[in-house]
Amino acid sequence: MSAPRFPPGATVRIRSAFPPGHVRAPWYLRGRTGAVSHIVGEMGNPEEFAYGRCDGPKLTVYRVRVRQPDIWPDYAGPPHDTLAVDVYENWLEPAGEEAP
Amino acid sequence: MPEISLPSLLPGAGVTHNCVMPADDKTRLRRHHDMGGLDAGPVERSEHDYAPWEKCVDAILRLLSGPKRGVLQIDELRRGIEDLGPGAYDELSYYERWIAAISNLLIEKGVISIDELGRKMAEVEARHEAERAKGGKA
Repeated sequence: MSAPRFPPGATVRIRSAFPPGHVRAPWYLRGRTGAVSHIVGEMGNPEEFAYGRCDGPKLTVYRVRVRQPDIWPDYAGPPHDTLAVDVYENWLEPAGEEAP
Repeated sequence: MPEISLPSLLPGAGVTHNCVMPADDKTRLRRHHDMGGLDAGPVERSEHDYAPWEKCVDAILRLLSGPKRGVLQIDELRRGIEDLGPGAYDELSYYERWIAAISNLLIEKGVISIDELGRKMAEVEARHEAERAKGGKA
């Protein structure tokens, strides 16, 4: 397994892209910033599998944690609560140090 | 004729977006099935038995996607369901969506033809009608 692009702790943004077709980044989380908690593994790309193409390279999948208050305006729980989501590498971009 | 409220037929009607929207609202770019983060009301927790036809659909998918045949894979099923469109997505039941998508995929892949499927559906319907007429179980 090659070195992952985003190490645990890295601040990442889920890309704000809206292509047609089968997409594996939840719409409501696109454009949001979070932190990599750990690397889930390397998986085939379901966005290619969905069209019957199975020979492409595997992608690293990351568990990303996004702060709950950044997602829900009326979030009533502790402000440090996070939502965990598994995101394929093609859907992540670096978000620098300014992010939460 | 029943009164139909037109707005209720439009995709996304009655759906409220309760997550924080980014400044540049991308609501119009959401595909209908991509419902995470939307207000869905209370969760229906009751279980139910599966009808025999629903078990059949499940078995068909497993046979088609299993290593022996490998005719289609689960991600293609998911894509097929998403491509049914908002109306079908809302009106069909879970396994109705499955069999609709499976049928479309098998036609796309040339495993079955539309004509073949149409004739088979008519044949099965006629058999059920005959069984019902005899008072037997359809």
